[in-house]
Amino acid sequence: MKILTGNDLKTGDVVWWTGESWSRHVSDAAEVGDNSVDVIAIEEAARRATAIYEVAADHTAGGILPVHIKEKIRATGPTVRPDLKLAPADPAAGSWVI
Amino acid sequence: MYKYDHYDQAMVDTRVAEFRDQVERRIAGKLSEDQFKPLRLMNGLYLQLHAYMLRVAIPYGTLDSRQTRMLAHIARKYDRGYGHFTTRQNIQYNWIRLEDAPDLLADLATVEMHAIQTSGNCIRNISSDQYAGAAADEVVDPRPFAELLRQWSSFHPEFSFLPRKFKIAVIASETDRAAMRLHDIGIQIIERDGEIAARFYAGGGMGRTPMIGPLIRDFVPIGELISYSEAILRVYNRYGRRDNKFKARIKILVHEMGAEKFIAEVEAEFAHLRGLNIDAPAAELARIKAFFTDPPFEAGLPDEIDRLDPDFAVWLDQNTHPHKRPGYAIVTISLKPIGGIPGDASAEQMELIADLAERHSFDELRVTHAQNIVLPHVRKADLATIWGALAEAGLAEPNLDLVTDIIACPGLDYCSLANARSIPVAQKIARRFADQQRQRDLGELKLKISGCINACGHHHAGHIGILGVDRKGVENYQLLLGGSGAEDASLGQITGPGFDEDGIVDAVETVTETYKTLRADGERFLDTYRRVGMTPFKEALYG
Ligand code: HEM
Ligand code: SF4
Repeated sequence: MKILTGNDLKTGDVVWWTGESWSRHVSDAAEVGDNSVDVIAIEEAARRATAIYEVAADHTAGGILPVHIKEKIRATGPTVRPDLKLAPADPAAGSWVI
Repeated sequence: MYKYDHYDQAMVDTRVAEFRDQVERRIAGKLSEDQFKPLRLMNGLYLQLHAYMLRVAIPYGTLDSRQTRMLAHIARKYDRGYGHFTTRQNIQYNWIRLEDAPDLLADLATVEMHAIQTSGNCIRNISSDQYAGAAADEVVDPRPFAELLRQWSSFHPEFSFLPRKFKIAVIASETDRAAMRLHDIGIQIIERDGEIAARFYAGGGMGRTPMIGPLIRDFVPIGELISYSEAILRVYNRYGRRDNKFKARIKILVHEMGAEKFIAEVEAEFAHLRGLNIDAPAAELARIKAFFTDPPFEAGLPDEIDRLDPDFAVWLDQNTHPHKRPGYAIVTISLKPIGGIPGDASAEQMELIADLAERHSFDELRVTHAQNIVLPHVRKADLATIWGALAEAGLAEPNLDLVTDIIACPGLDYCSLANARSIPVAQKIARRFADQQRQRDLGELKLKISGCINACGHHHAGHIGILGVDRKGVENYQLLLGGSGAEDASLGQITGPGFDEDGIVDAVETVTETYKTLRADGERFLDTYRRVGMTPFKEALYG
């Protein structure tokens, strides 16, 4: 499947396209199909997210995960700082859908 | 230390206000990302794998305690409690929010610091010898010249849009602790017949086409330092390739044009500039020099040190360096604890280091290109106290210039250009060689890791270098041997096919074990490699 990632414009947080909005959790990502170009244009203009690009992803036992290691690390945080990973229910992570 | 005058301060403050306006316009949608990106990059703000990343300049690697505390404050207030010291004597923060960046830069400006020209195709932060002003072997303190170059290159209108980035290093001793010849311009301040002058190298660099800069002028009168630098930049600006980003660095120009023709072009431009009097007046250089005079060293201090504690003695032998004044020593604080992240320091560690600098090093500290911190002027009598405080904070690793003192770029854990992770490889190698006896037995061994061909981790200049590559989506590591960034500069050669993450750790060990069987008395790894060549290592690695 294909999904979209970008950065929240104001905070820089990594975000994933949910089909109608953006989530900090890759597990919320939605298949974008052939609509990448359109969604990217609309969303860049909406100024919620920036530097948006498409990545290949798979359904895995742990939920949706990008195929390539680069975006895997992007989704889960630096492998050398497990303490900085985004906890699913972490209130400190802020409202997760923007 | 240099203190901003009102011009310096006004320039930095104005830039903060300008950037604040640009950020507001970006968030309000008046600027697109395409329009905004070059503006944020001019202020050191990148967008990386996880967030915005800010690179803050530390001119010639010199800081005082007030500035270091501010770096800690920024780590705590605007980031996640830590920063990463880089091979260019800068510090990078990995988790900056765009909306906070203007306030952050305003805070930074209160301690005479900024992130200007830490990105983009301009003259970047000028780097220097971390022992400047303290080393016994220097001709003069190189920093006044680095500061003069900083002033000349800041917002230089002609050189704000060069074909590519431009890095300058200035040293003033025969020992090169700044990888000077791997810079676009390397300047060695020399003394000849009582006259101070500059020796210029140009066209060095790393990245995908590493080059050692050739000597282009042996003697430039110090009063013409700026004219000659300007001449080089002009020739580069005119002939440097803008058609291909990968061929745009000055190293390619010098290489393609040939050093001889390049020198002739520079000389012609220099002859022209000489008549224009663009160098700073002697009074200005004298004004700058006055900021770098010796601190009030005490006379008659003892040189004896109580070595009773064996752990202290090991650290003393490994992490201190002779000072130019009796009774004093230069201390290197290793940011390479075994299993840690090379170059990372927490806010608390930065504050501790600031306190130690204030109390024991005339309020001065330095950042090294090997991603460590230096206290340049420490009384020998204070060394045990300093060691005790460092040990408590996990900062007393006695491994300077040993195999675990690894340079590693952020790699795929943070960098969006990366092909492979660097930090976990550094951690695994450090753990493998954790035994201090073993490290010391191997002697000086500079191991440097980059996560991609851009070579931010200086892998070409490592006695042992490691380059991360992407092999069909899997991290793979090439091994290089025989590089050096010191006065005996050389470029490492690739051993052969790459290794996976565990394989590369074994491969490094195979290389060090092979060295042990081959070394002659007193030979470092690099010396043995240069004597015996690649073959025995290749045989041991690939059999
Ligand atoms: C994570 C953000 C970073 C990015 C996007 C980045 C990008 C680059 C690029 C594209 C180059 C190659 C330039 C060329 O060959 O023309 C380069 C070179 C270099 N970078 Fe970085 N870098 C980053 C972080 C770092 C860090 C953390 C360090 C220090 C540890 C560093 C130090 C250097 C050095 C020393 C070089 C080689 C200099 C040369 O070729 O002259 N960079 N960087
Ligand atoms: S060498 Fe490559 S991976 Fe490492 S920091 Fe530089 S650009 Fe990133």
